[in-house]
Amino acid sequence: MSGNMNITLKVWRQNKASDKGRFETYAIPNVSEDMSFLEMFDILNEQLIIEGKDPVAFDHDCREGICGMCSMFINGRPHGPLKGVTTCQLHMRSFKNGDTIVVEPWRAKAFPVIKDLVVDRSAFDRIIAAGGYISVNTGNAQDANSLPVAKENADHAFFAAACIGCGACVAACKNASAMLFTSAKISQLALLPQGAPERNTRALNMVAQHDAEGFGSCTNTGACEAECPKGISLSNIARMNREYLGAALMS
Amino acid sequence: MSTSPKLDAKIPEGVLENKWTKYRSTVPLVNPANKRSLEIIVVGSGLAGSAAAASLAEMGYKVKVFCFQDSPRRAHSIAAQGGINAAKNYQNDGDSVYRLFYDTIKGGDYRAREANVHRLAEVSGNIIDQCVAQGVPFAREYGGLLSNRSFGGTQVQRTFYAAGQTGQQLLLGAYSALERQIGMGAVQMYSRHEMLDIVNIDGKCRGIIARDLVTGKLERHFGHAVLLCTGGYGNVFYLSTNAMGSNVTAAWKAHKKGAFFSNPCYTQIHPTCIPVSGTHQSKLTLMSESLRNDGRIWVPKRKEDAQAIREGKLNPNDLKEEDRDYYLERRYPAFGNLVPRDVASRAAKERCDAGFGVNKTGEAVFLDFAANMMRYGRIEANKKGIYNPTEDVVKQLGKEVVVEKYGNLFDMYKQITGVDPYENPMMIYPAVHYTMGGLWVDYNLMTTVPGLYALGEANFSDHGANRLGASALMQGLADGYFVIPYTIGAYLSNEIRTKAIPTDHEAFVTAEKETAEQINKLMNVKGTKPVDYFHRKLGLIMWNECGMARNAEGLKKAIQDIQALRDEFWKDVRIPGEANNMNPELEKAGRVADFLELGELMCIDALNRNESCGGHFREEYQTEEGEALRDDENYAYVASWENKGNSWELHKEELKYENIKIAQRSYK
Ligand SMILES: Cc1cc2nc3c(=O)[nH]c(=O)nc-3n(C[C@H](O)[C@H](O)[C@H](O)COP(=O)(O)OP(=O)(O)OC[C@H]3O[C@@H](n4cnc5c(N)ncnc54)[C@H](O)[C@@H]3O)c2cc1C
Ligand code: SF4
Ligand code: FES
Repeated sequence: MSGNMNITLKVWRQNKASDKGRFETYAIPNVSEDMSFLEMFDILNEQLIIEGKDPVAFDHDCREGICGMCSMFINGRPHGPLKGVTTCQLHMRSFKNGDTIVVEPWRAKAFPVIKDLVVDRSAFDRIIAAGGYISVNTGNAQDANSLPVAKENADHAFFAAACIGCGACVAACKNASAMLFTSAKISQLALLPQGAPERNTRALNMVAQHDAEGFGSCTNTGACEAECPKGISLSNIARMNREYLGAALMS
Repeated sequence: MSTSPKLDAKIPEGVLENKWTKYRSTVPLVNPANKRSLEIIVVGSGLAGSAAAASLAEMGYKVKVFCFQDSPRRAHSIAAQGGINAAKNYQNDGDSVYRLFYDTIKGGDYRAREANVHRLAEVSGNIIDQCVAQGVPFAREYGGLLSNRSFGGTQVQRTFYAAGQTGQQLLLGAYSALERQIGMGAVQMYSRHEMLDIVNIDGKCRGIIARDLVTGKLERHFGHAVLLCTGGYGNVFYLSTNAMGSNVTAAWKAHKKGAFFSNPCYTQIHPTCIPVSGTHQSKLTLMSESLRNDGRIWVPKRKEDAQAIREGKLNPNDLKEEDRDYYLERRYPAFGNLVPRDVASRAAKERCDAGFGVNKTGEAVFLDFAANMMRYGRIEANKKGIYNPTEDVVKQLGKEVVVEKYGNLFDMYKQITGVDPYENPMMIYPAVHYTMGGLWVDYNLMTTVPGLYALGEANFSDHGANRLGASALMQGLADGYFVIPYTIGAYLSNEIRTKAIPTDHEAFVTAEKETAEQINKLMNVKGTKPVDYFHRKLGLIMWNECGMARNAEGLKKAIQDIQALRDEFWKDVRIPGEANNMNPELEKAGRVADFLELGELMCIDALNRNESCGGHFREEYQTEEGEALRDDENYAYVASWENKGNSWELHKEELKYENIKIAQRSYK
């Protein structure tokens, strides 16, 4: 079932990290409004392959808004125009016939471009490896219900833990800061009694790794929260700052 | 029937309840100094892989982990929604290890091994403990204790959950344990790497060949043991609820190097997914089974009404109660909307085939929350002391409850369909979701290749012919956290004298060369059609002939069609770009090439199994009421296929039921 929208795409093309990169313009006819944004890219790519050209590389996997892999900067906004929606969950009914849509990769020093719209976000893994865990080896746990957690804290820990690690917060920030991402994990673990023993080292180490990766500092513009597809709240950054200050005083 | 000598399941002696405890405390150990020089390769970073890798590294082994996504946190387990089972009996509703064991064997339609399933039920409680200790934020009650809900095929509440994001939270828990080991240097992580072959030396698996997906370079990696935790193969159907990248390649390459593939035809078609909307569709989206706790499934009683709804002339909300057919409640009063998935899917297909479908294509039924939303609303109004609330107040209060329980799922539904499910019943239809089949493994989770293991969805072990909801997460984490750390000792304790084999060994050289040749061959077809063209065609063949209902004639035709499609693929596929750069089309092509072989084996297996059981429904074998008709005398076995180059040889492992009385499954 093809539709009746005609869309023009201006897409960032860059063959390798070392290349300079440029925009290319493509016309996509017969787009249906039930199509997802990535399904439109599937069509573009099929078209390019048939024409003997190189298709556009982009990251995606679950296409359900949960794996955090998709990462397109659409008309100047990470994940496009809708609030609380990842690129893969964006549907063409959010656009109009005749629209020209500009699509770029995440841009940040700590997220170098690999190819076209694909960037390297391994810095996020290293921030987690620096302290985003509770040190409990397999087999060491006590009965789950022996440790009640107030529902409110559990709920807030869950809201923070809902971060999908997509990096939109970094892409949205003029300083390319990853404080929203980092603070979400610190908050989740700070809100739970299990996380208490390591709270000081966790905050210090994760923030140190954040800085070492080349992410910028937070100047409280709130752009990250506005663009985060999972509604991760700025209050996490405030909590992280308290954790950090507390830890810095102790050390 | 007797079990093939090639399939020794190594099930410990003794009474069922004690097998695992006794085995666990007698399995040979490896001392800490030796662990440091033993290397283990883990392919896959989902629940099974991350849990195994973190646990083994904590024990002191040297571990390497591979995944094809850009981060281990993105493995497909992240998408699991509804929950994870455990026999904790926190609800005091009569649950026990035995009951979970029994439900799983019965749910699997008596086609799973008793000893494995019992072990799974035994360790299920430890999983919840471990996850909570890691900081996994499961849903809780106001008293601060863990909350539970019901899933299909059971009459107790044993499912733990984190909204509709349980897989995400469990995986992030396992991922943080893994990252901790990476940070300490105990695990080396290889993201954006795809395993393309295993390397066998003197009859044992000793490593893998992987492709760096950024540079395109092939790499050789040695391991004293290799664990495949590479997930399921549902994407052989093209459209499924699996992530786009989910594939069979790792398991399939192992199969071609000696690992038997078991029960490939056992596919789970999930009853509640968002229906197909058009030909552009790239994947299907699940609406979690947990919704069946509160959603009632129905179609109109009269065909005229169904037609009017299809044509948009009748609003389903306006159809009177007595004109609706809650067909699951009608057919299965004891379990109602909570019958197992295979039963619910077939019932939906039956109604739609009979002309009662409710969307444009006639392939959808309703999943309706209105009644329960109002019920919750009244409970809330009572709690708040609001007497005689208006309908609107009740509805609003009820909606708030539903938002908390399923908010993200309702949002997802709205985003995809453009319809608000708080105001209208959802439309759903069955879709391919999970594969019970996989690599054959023994009780230690070792495949028929010594030193090669399979964990999680990649193996065939615990779910028989149909998996119960919320049991895949349980199995993946059981395998990774609580089974392999013990059972691998049985093998590695004999390997402490084996020095790391240099990767210039000829077996590595040959395997790399073969992999390079396959890539060249693909790049050089230089045909006219993109990979997706073939994948879509294969998917249609599989869905039509090896999907929810199968018959001998259709399967025979499918086998021929797949062979023809495979020939066409190798003559006419077009892969752009270069092999020595990031090339997603090349990755897809390799996966589809393997699906084109697997699809044939699935049909062969389905044709061989002249009975209906669980997710395998052969139209020739059904009861008068249309239920699956098993043939226990002739088919109570695991069908394990040995790859013989251009054909397969069947080996049987007999299934013996010593503790459960085998019976026709009834949910009435
Ligand atoms: C939408 C959805 C919802 C679900 N909900 C539930 C639920 O509520 N409860 C439940 O119990 N189950 C659920 N399931 C099933 C469950 O999520 C999966 O069965 C389970 O997560 C599989 O875990 P795994 O560790 O075996 O594999 P996966 O999580 O699929 O991980 C596979 C890993 O292998 C890697 N890999 C694969 N091939 C290669 C290769 N060749 N080279 C390198 N790496 C490779 C991948 O990168 C990935 O890291 C759901 C499934 C789906 C699709
Ligand atoms: S905080 Fe939000 S935007 Fe940032 S990585 Fe997490 S989910 Fe993405
Ligand atoms: S593809 Fe997984 S979040 Fe978009």
